[in-house]
Amino acid sequence: MSSSIGNRRRGQGFIAALLSFGLALAAHASIVRDDLGRDVRFAEPPRRIITLLPSITETVCALGACDRLVATDRYSDWPVAVRALPKAGGLDDAQVELIVSLKPDLVILSRSQRITDRLADLGIASFALETDRYSDIEHNIDVLGQILGTSERAAELNDSIAARVRAIGDAARAARAGEGPRVYFEVDRAPYAAGPTSFIGELLARVGARNIVTADLGAFPKLNPEYVVRYEPDVIFVSATDAPSLAERPGWDKLRAVKEHRFCSFPPEIRDTLVRPGPRVADGMQAIADCLARVAP
Amino acid sequence: MSAAHPDLAVLQDGPLPIDQGSRVFYWLAACVATTALLTGASLVVGTSSFETSLGWLFAPDAQSAVILWQIRLPRTVGAWSAGALLGLAGAIAQGLFRNPLAEPYLLGTASGAALGVTLCLLGADASIGALAWTAKLGVTGAACIGACAAIALTILLSRGVLQTANLLLSGIVVAFLLSAVTSLLLLAKPDLWRSMQSFLLGSTGFLSWNGAALLGIVLGICVLPSILLSRGLDALSLGEDTAQSLGLSLPMLRLTLLAVLSLATAAAVGQVGIVGFVGLVAPHLVRETITVNHRQLLIGAALCGGALLQAADLVSRWIIHPAELPVGAVTAVVGGIYLVVLLWRRSRHD
Repeated sequence: MSSSIGNRRRGQGFIAALLSFGLALAAHASIVRDDLGRDVRFAEPPRRIITLLPSITETVCALGACDRLVATDRYSDWPVAVRALPKAGGLDDAQVELIVSLKPDLVILSRSQRITDRLADLGIASFALETDRYSDIEHNIDVLGQILGTSERAAELNDSIAARVRAIGDAARAARAGEGPRVYFEVDRAPYAAGPTSFIGELLARVGARNIVTADLGAFPKLNPEYVVRYEPDVIFVSATDAPSLAERPGWDKLRAVKEHRFCSFPPEIRDTLVRPGPRVADGMQAIADCLARVAP
Repeated sequence: MSAAHPDLAVLQDGPLPIDQGSRVFYWLAACVATTALLTGASLVVGTSSFETSLGWLFAPDAQSAVILWQIRLPRTVGAWSAGALLGLAGAIAQGLFRNPLAEPYLLGTASGAALGVTLCLLGADASIGALAWTAKLGVTGAACIGACAAIALTILLSRGVLQTANLLLSGIVVAFLLSAVTSLLLLAKPDLWRSMQSFLLGSTGFLSWNGAALLGIVLGICVLPSILLSRGLDALSLGEDTAQSLGLSLPMLRLTLLAVLSLATAAAVGQVGIVGFVGLVAPHLVRETITVNHRQLLIGAALCGGALLQAADLVSRWIIHPAELPVGAVTAVVGGIYLVVLLWRRSRHD
């Protein structure tokens, strides 16, 4: 008896699902492929979104969908409005329980996250995006525009970013006669450098700086410190904390950039724009261009 | 083999001071020669090609002189000293705890140093009152103090130095405890993780003449009391009761040697980070090749450890040059393989 009711209910549910599916198909329904190669179907633009990466949070907000966020990862802090949202952990320790309890329509995360499988088990839709390269910015704005139903705004945003980036690059090159300064961008004191294939490296190239690190070394190579002494950068990008101690590194006190304090150090809010390929890319690039104009020989 | 030649077995087992002495001498000489060779090689291994480096040696300009004499040479000298300290500390630890698996970090030094460095990086990052002093210390000082504090905590928890088992257990507890604190701090400040990782994997990249000199001085300070107390370690190897019945003051011996162990490990960790396996493998390498008393073992392990870390440093800067590998990763691979071979050989003999 109970099973026949169950069957009938299930049958009704199925018909209802079919109906709503058909309606939705007519109204909106889009299928978007994410960066894990999964085709994700959206019957309608998601209304309750959780983002698990700062650059994605920034992009969602730049597309005017900040009010649809119900939680973010713990590092998302821009725009200011997202700071008040619940924080669902970090990249590798996202809090599944909190995410489930918030009943999101969609969780947007980066490609490498383990949590994707767990969310799939729990029946929560997720969408993975790659956010490493400069070209990912435009692509992600485009894709998120489709998902959020704000394609027009996405196109405008992409146009304005491209225009600003081009203008900054052109101005930087125009202001300087001859070749750009040779630069070394220290990501970390190990020392890890930002190579030409990294996001930071791409920005450096766009303002006409010449990276002393070659592309074959990879995106963030751990350099032998003697490499920097050997290739004598004109300008060193280094954290404000580490800048004063550069002269103590063996041989580095002989470098012109160290002797003449030709350093670029950025406050955290600018540094964020350099490590999060997102809609604020032009701000980070402007900071690089301004600093180079100020300190490059 | 000894079963097939009974006479030979007697010869090998019996004390033959002259033969044995000269063997030890040749062995130590070989260590010194290896170090000399590696030092020479270190001048031509770096970001430049072998030929370019050779050219620099014979006709240096201002820049290449800096690279050769201010970067490559202090780096290899410092690596040798740090390796020697770790080898010495490993031999002391294995003698003191009468355990072939004892190593310099077993009293919680590594975790203590890591916590010290984390606090230092946090302090530099935040420059908030309570942490500002750690930033002034620098990574080196913070690692050193962290290592010493961990040992002090271990001794405190084990209520003294007399109970070997208590000491070892306390060491493990302290190591886990401090690692957990470090992990919690890093969780709150994930940007420090990369800095920490380079410390945890060891790095010889920034060794300067100052660092090398400091390590050399500490080595001098450590070697003297260890050699003076080496007879005590010989006695201890017969068992604690026997050692005491020979009129040995166990607390004195233990405290002094623990102090030497702590100083040696803390200095090495402060300068090159947590380089694993050198302290564990160096004494084994000595004991596997020659029969020694503790005085010879301590000297041998120091020389051997120095050469080991020097070699690892060379490999780390050569294999993917001009980038480099963390030196601790190299020692772990080489040391791990060696231990496996050792086990395999032993099981075949048994």
